[in-house]
Amino acid sequence: MAHILLRHREIPRINEIDIYEKNGGFKAFKQAVKNMEPTEVTAVVKDSSLRGRGGAGFPTGMKWSFIDNNSWPHYVVANADESEPGAFKDRELIESNPFQFLEGMAISSYAVGANIAYIYIRGEFWELTATLDEKIAEMEKLGYLGNKLFGSDYSLKIYTHLGAGAYICGEETALLESLEGKRGLPRVRPPFPPSFGLYGKPTVVNNVETFANVPLIIDKGADWFKSIGTPDSAGVKIFSLSGRIRKPGNYELPFGTTFRELIYEHGGGIIEGRPVKAIMAAGASSSMILVDDKVLDTPIDYASVRKLGADLGSASVIVIDDTVSIDWVINKTLNFFEHESCGKCTPCREGTYWMQHLSQSIHAGNKRKQDVDLLYNVAKQMQNKCLCALGEFATMAVVTGIERFPQDFNLEVRE
Amino acid sequence: MTKQVTLTIDGIQIDVPDETLVVDAAKKAGIDIPVFCYHPKMEPVGMCRMCLVEIGRPMINRSTGQPVLNEDGQPTMQFMPKPETACTNLVSEGMVVLTQSESAKEAQKDIIEFLLTSHPLDCPICDKGGECPLQNLTMEHGPGKSRFLFDGKFKMEKQIRLGELIVLDRERCIICARCVRFQEEVAGQAVLAIDDRGRGSEIISVSEPGFDSVFSGNTTDICPVGALTTTDFRFGARPWELLSAASICGQCPVGCNITFNTRREAKSAGKVVIKRVMPRQNEQVNETWICDKGRFAYHYAKSKERLSKPLLRKDDKLKTTSWSSATKLVAEKLGEAGKDTIVLASGRLSNEDLFNLKSLADGLGGKAVLYTEMGGGDLVTQIGVGQGTNFSDMGQGDAIFVIASDLYEEAPIWWLRVKQAADRGAKLIVANSRETKLDKFANFVVRYSNGDEVKTVQDLGGTGKIAQAFSKADNAIVLFGSDGLGLEGSTHLATACANLLEETGHIGKANNGLIGVWPKANDQGAWELGFHPEPDLAAILKGKAVYIVGADPANDNPALAKALKKAKFVVVQDLFRTATAELADVILPAQTYTERDGTFTSGERRAQRFYAAVPGLGESKPDYAITSEIAEKLNIQLEGTSSVLVFEKLAASVKDFAGLSYAKLAEVTEQWPIVGRGDLYYGGSTYENTQGLGVQLVSASDRGETVSIPKVRNDAGLRPKKDELLAVPITKLYDRGTTVAPTEFLTERIGDVTIALHPEAAKKLGVEAGKRVKISFEDVEGEAVVKIDETISAGVALVPRSMGLAIREPVVIKVQ
Ligand SMILES: Cc1cc2nc3c(=O)[nH]c(=O)nc-3n(C[C@H](O)[C@H](O)[C@H](O)COP(=O)(O)O)c2cc1C
Ligand code: SF4
Ligand code: SF4
Ligand code: SF4
Ligand code: FES
Repeated sequence: MAHILLRHREIPRINEIDIYEKNGGFKAFKQAVKNMEPTEVTAVVKDSSLRGRGGAGFPTGMKWSFIDNNSWPHYVVANADESEPGAFKDRELIESNPFQFLEGMAISSYAVGANIAYIYIRGEFWELTATLDEKIAEMEKLGYLGNKLFGSDYSLKIYTHLGAGAYICGEETALLESLEGKRGLPRVRPPFPPSFGLYGKPTVVNNVETFANVPLIIDKGADWFKSIGTPDSAGVKIFSLSGRIRKPGNYELPFGTTFRELIYEHGGGIIEGRPVKAIMAAGASSSMILVDDKVLDTPIDYASVRKLGADLGSASVIVIDDTVSIDWVINKTLNFFEHESCGKCTPCREGTYWMQHLSQSIHAGNKRKQDVDLLYNVAKQMQNKCLCALGEFATMAVVTGIERFPQDFNLEVRE
Repeated sequence: MTKQVTLTIDGIQIDVPDETLVVDAAKKAGIDIPVFCYHPKMEPVGMCRMCLVEIGRPMINRSTGQPVLNEDGQPTMQFMPKPETACTNLVSEGMVVLTQSESAKEAQKDIIEFLLTSHPLDCPICDKGGECPLQNLTMEHGPGKSRFLFDGKFKMEKQIRLGELIVLDRERCIICARCVRFQEEVAGQAVLAIDDRGRGSEIISVSEPGFDSVFSGNTTDICPVGALTTTDFRFGARPWELLSAASICGQCPVGCNITFNTRREAKSAGKVVIKRVMPRQNEQVNETWICDKGRFAYHYAKSKERLSKPLLRKDDKLKTTSWSSATKLVAEKLGEAGKDTIVLASGRLSNEDLFNLKSLADGLGGKAVLYTEMGGGDLVTQIGVGQGTNFSDMGQGDAIFVIASDLYEEAPIWWLRVKQAADRGAKLIVANSRETKLDKFANFVVRYSNGDEVKTVQDLGGTGKIAQAFSKADNAIVLFGSDGLGLEGSTHLATACANLLEETGHIGKANNGLIGVWPKANDQGAWELGFHPEPDLAAILKGKAVYIVGADPANDNPALAKALKKAKFVVVQDLFRTATAELADVILPAQTYTERDGTFTSGERRAQRFYAAVPGLGESKPDYAITSEIAEKLNIQLEGTSSVLVFEKLAASVKDFAGLSYAKLAEVTEQWPIVGRGDLYYGGSTYENTQGLGVQLVSASDRGETVSIPKVRNDAGLRPKKDELLAVPITKLYDRGTTVAPTEFLTERIGDVTIALHPEAAKKLGVEAGKRVKISFEDVEGEAVVKIDETISAGVALVPRSMGLAIREPVVIKVQ
């Protein structure tokens, strides 16, 4: 099947505006602005069952319909902070097929009545941002952005904004705080961004990949989109595949593809042909999936991964083989979370440090049972008490790693 | 629209408005949910996670909108799978909150354990120990033992000066951000911030100079640990050694309710001394806050320079004497002078002192003169602010007009409350001849040239946009001061303001009326009791018997020093051996107000009680008692044995005080938020008010009487002529006054005497910022350091009062 999102793999130079135009680019946006009511656009997206690709898999059309029409102005924000260890899909999209993402943003902005949209982009992507700024300028020049688009009354400007290297700024409310010029700390939710977002105004925040799906949905219709993937999760997903894999990289595949196909057909299998021991499907924030044949044959969508006791998240699939000890992996993830905890709330600020401290000593070879028990305990103690999901993420690999791979911690295997 | 909802917390049913947070509803039901970051006067942030409780809500049938009932006909409750923060969740109908359930208690214990992992637990040497929320909550909810590895403890700086008044201990900080949020949300001065992230988070000051806010001390009260301490109290005493006495701040006309904490200590030679000043809640006056001047400038009371014995001039030398011979001589001399007696007193004295002084002057047929450079009190006395006025009730639809006052420097807590009313939507109009810190929060800033004060007020009676905002407001209050003005100018200004209020109908009701931003705490009281300033004081002193109480005219004004030398007899009653005292025939040592009982009348005309905190020094006596002793020898019957009796007499003879008594002033009604009880963490270590909220006096306007307000011309103000430099006085919070300067650690904030010039004026004079210049006018000469202020006009120079340069009203000066 031809790519839907990573279209540059078939169409060279689609990152140039005339090539994008020639391949049907901006047709959907024009169509929406000229011939559709904003609510119709939202209805089509709702009908397509598109779910957010940023991690939570929240239905996109529904999110747009929550926008509060009693408060103005509205904003649209693209979450291009992509900082999850193991995630590198948004970067490829922005780099190689930027106009599809930008057009998706524009359609979304029209649908929710936003005249200003921001791209909040990971600080390390500063070179990419400069290119993106040029792309936006080209769109303005050709009349795809600016005042009174396509002869209508609708106007739209898009701006980029560079982050400063904090993982937490991928969390949507921390992102908004940072965009407002404050320290990037998550807000208490509710209220959620569609009612209280940027500068306290109704705001839609979506992931880059989510936006990139939108032009084709408008163009080809909701039914076309639903015909791809599974009933639970429509469409395709870009899997960022990494770990002990022969051919790491981004793979765009329909939902419902099995782990076996992803790893062996697309990823070329495991280095040295070793067996898969564990899978982390959502980057460092994952629960550890203990892999067996049944797992490998699981068709991947949000619901089925949940049945495996994990979450798909942003589909940053890290494959772990039997050469890797899980205590090493969780030490790595904890180093990351301890470094990235924003410190706003007590359990995560103190808990990530404490866990990291313990796992350091456990990994250093001192696998004392009481330390492992304590580590497990502290993770459990953090759960359900943190202000935002980062704190919860930090505990995932720890709890499931110790529960599902006790031998890696010199613990007796529990039956 | 708010509506009442009914919910159940730990089995207790309670009705509260639907915009109430669960944590507040619980508090109202008498249940203390533990908190650290939540503070009832700030937006909830859900940071510390200490307030985790279980919350259930009735399951609602989506189609009918009705609760789903179970077999017993009771609503089916849906509990969230995880505990929720009581400080960020609003109540709802039928809600069930469990603060003591297994899971809630477990969660609270867990959070304490987390907090303690980075806490040094140096309670034995911590100032907060004994009144520390973390300590209390650990005892109540925490685990008995830590499982944390000791080698992972914080090792951080323990003495970081955020400013010269506040010290931060980084190890103790639990990053609740109360201090940062207080500065941002309450004070409107974002001078603190959190730097870095995660466990590296650290409180920093982002202002120059450090922690540049006159409200900084409040952060030490609301800090739930000993991370923030004051330079003043740091390592000074343990909280449990302290006794407390209710009082009123004597530093400005706001009349903040305070508590003096005292201790008898070896360090002070076995004497009882004041160790610190804490706010005492009065939601109508200062809420739970005080300013740094009120908190820190109390040290004058224990100054070594205090007078402790009466002195009598013999052979041109002042020699100690006995009370009886001192008062005998005074009585004799005043009796001889009769109607040629002048009682010159200041608003530093209590109502009781002033009442006795006025009675004495009346008895002799002499004159009671208020020593002040600000006029207009007659009108404030008659109009005042309507009974029941409370800045906290002002917001949307109301207006506040501040003219010729730098509230931040003159009456900081009014500045704070006016600013907060503006935050709530009140239209704030700030008029001044220069920029002040209130401008930032104003809807309208009016900049006038010095001399145009009256005109500016009259314009507000017009039809312009600003005038409309004022006249159309539901409620409106005018605060006038003496920024750039002397006695005459401020009197005219007050008259103009009174006229404006009357024309626009903003008198005689709560949240309407006139407030004078007086230089002294009890100036309002002095006006109420019939004291008046004298336009030309120097002229009337010659040949008179002058009884000067709580004032130092000889120091303030060379002309008065000269005039006093020509007086027939001078008796000075004071705390210190002032320049005026040096000219006296008799000096009588008075007690500070911290050493005796009494009352002050605030600028909002609220009579409030203060209570003795420490024993009197040496042989010193309360002012009212000294006056009564003198009067007795003149056969004038006054009360002298107790301030209660003086006040009874006062209430019986001064109309607006009718019906008041000490008992009445000591009454309290329940205030919200509830603070200072067992869980002092809820509102900080602010004291609960159990000793009286005071009573606002009824004014003639309140009674519906017509107040006759004179007309006032708008061209009387002093303006600089061409090529003249007109120096005008302004007020600085920290000045060299006798009640501030003895507090040594304030020296930096007091700074040098300055003269602010417009850049053009500075250029013309060939001087620049930071340069020391010579200033001369009339027969005064002095020096000052040049400051540049672009917001004033070129012909005007600003000189702060009580800093050594005797500028009392606009005066033409020469600068070299
Ligand atoms: C700690 C944390 C980090 C996150 N990082 C990202 C990110 O880098 N990119 C992203 O799109 N969403 C990220 N999210 C999810 C966002 O909060 C949000 O759910 C998402 O942007 C919504 O977009 P979607 O509905 O299109 O998925 C993160 C969430 C958390 C809690
Ligand atoms: S869970 Fe962690 S990242 Fe999220 S608010 Fe708390 S400290 Fe910050
Ligand atoms: S210094 Fe005190 S008030 Fe400020 S964040 Fe730390 S603990 Fe909270
Ligand atoms: S505002 Fe005035 S009364 Fe209140 S503490 Fe400060 S100086 Fe004292
Ligand atoms: S989170 Fe509720 S009090 Fe801190």
